Amino acid sequence: MKRKLALAICLIMGIVMMVQFFIPHPTSLQFNSMILKWVIILSAFAMVLAIGNLSRHHGLIIRKKKKNWFYSVVTLTSMGAMAIIGLFWGVDAGSLFQSIYLNIFAPLSATMFALLAYYMASAAYRAFRARSLEATLLLAAAFIVMIGFMPFGQYIHPRFPSFAEWIMQVPNMASQRGILFGVAFGSIATALKIILGIERSWLGGKE
Amino acid sequence: MPLYIKLHVGFLFFIFTIAPPTNVHAFDKPNDSGSAIHIKWEVSQDDREIEKYIIFRQTLPDTTMEKIGFLKNGSNFLEDDRTDDAREYRYIVASSKNSELAFSMPSNTTKSYPQVFHSGRINILISIIIFGILLVYFVIRARGGRDLFIRKIPGLDAVDEAVGRATEMGKPILYVPGLGDIVWTATIASMNILGEVAKKIAQYDTPIIVTNRWSVVYTVSKEVVKEAFATEGKSESFQEDYVRYLTEAQFGFAAAVNGIMLRERPATNFFIGRFWAESLIMAETGAQTGAIQIAGSDSVLQLPFFITACDYTLIGEELYAASAYLSREPLLMGSLKAQDYSKLIVLFILFLFTVLSFFNVDLLSLLGVQ
Repeated sequence: MKRKLALAICLIMGIVMMVQFFIPHPTSLQFNSMILKWVIILSAFAMVLAIGNLSRHHGLIIRKKKKNWFYSVVTLTSMGAMAIIGLFWGVDAGSLFQSIYLNIFAPLSATMFALLAYYMASAAYRAFRARSLEATLLLAAAFIVMIGFMPFGQYIHPRFPSFAEWIMQVPNMASQRGILFGVAFGSIATALKIILGIERSWLGGKE
Repeated sequence: MPLYIKLHVGFLFFIFTIAPPTNVHAFDKPNDSGSAIHIKWEVSQDDREIEKYIIFRQTLPDTTMEKIGFLKNGSNFLEDDRTDDAREYRYIVASSKNSELAFSMPSNTTKSYPQVFHSGRINILISIIIFGILLVYFVIRARGGRDLFIRKIPGLDAVDEAVGRATEMGKPILYVPGLGDIVWTATIASMNILGEVAKKIAQYDTPIIVTNRWSVVYTVSKEVVKEAFATEGKSESFQEDYVRYLTEAQFGFAAAVNGIMLRERPATNFFIGRFWAESLIMAETGAQTGAIQIAGSDSVLQLPFFITACDYTLIGEELYAASAYLSREPLLMGSLKAQDYSKLIVLFILFLFTVLSFFNVDLLSLLGVQ
């Protein structure tokens, strides 16, 4: 019964939202905005469950004094402190919340992002080892594109930059578009399969 | 400088040293929810000399004109998005140079109104109908027991090996369903794959860690894993701790996943769903821990990173085919055939449009699609 109800809601709402996409009338738009508000409300309920999960998981680690338990203390303390500061002193510009966000959270995020440069170097090293024909082609294409986009490239040969641009705009773009066509049909297929109840993996299977 | 003599609303004669715009035409904005009128005109003969066009509106039956906006020279279109659907309007466009104005003839009277069908999306509707027919046809064929060939996808064939490896090593399996919210189709596809992967994991009694960025995705993935364990008759093996909510912060999430990979050392990592700049940060860390890695994404910008750092990568549509491939359910397999035939149709249309473009035939504008 529980599964049939979920499938019925999915079918009805899927068809209704699909029809709504083709109707620009204000009533249709109001309906869409109402559904979006429902999604926000549902997300708020889900957030309670999610925070419960986070607290439970780290609480358990601290209680059992598992390895690296102090990281869990930091997580729970940070979460609690930010929630209290935000609730009682506000989140407006110039507030303590914003100050902590801009001076601690933002630099930490930027640090993680900056690590990407080093990861790229190590990944590029692995990818560009010419172990096969494909890897060799990849290495050659990457070399041409890198040199072509550098000011130095045009001194090697005046047509180097335009050749690099051609690699990006023609073979690269063609393969990207090929992937995107597949993705577009895959997306429509997934949506239709779920709406029509053909795909039930999200309910745990067909049974 | 030519002189222009024009008669206007108010029956007054004006003498202009600049030419006014002509053929002012007002019409309801197509495919909208009302409250908007489009105004088009032919630019003044002295377009290069004038500074701007000033647009005036008359709300009938009033006789007064109100200024509703201005545009630089060269412009010939304005959208008036502050109209009342119950009223009729008329427009005048004036060329302006220094303090001089040259008024056009008044436009036709028109009203704005909402449409009940978006004609600019008819191509999407036709595509969905054709695709839907193909889908139903192949599903019926599959239900009839016809064997449908599907090419091998190494990344999906490796799932059994990956789960087996983790079981042998006694280590957990990490599943990251992307960083997209549940509104992303890639996330929904990832949930379908998670269901199939969780069933295999339940059979082997191997621990799984599913990390989530969004609260709604967390609740869905928890239900998917729980149901998969129940389907395999292993409800008692499911642990609440298998599915975890981490954080909404993009790089905070990446840091948390990296921490899990380094501390808990999963034997297998799945990165399946929608990813952004954090993809390589996580995939490279996983590669450094020696885990077997299977990735899948529809983001063309992140695919090269996954291909570089992971053992197997599901590229684009393979992500959406994974659930059918893993479950081998005939109905789902039928849908893959529908996808393939739809691509064939698109290929034919692309070829047709390309050939027509050689003869300067622009079918898109002829069809009026957006």
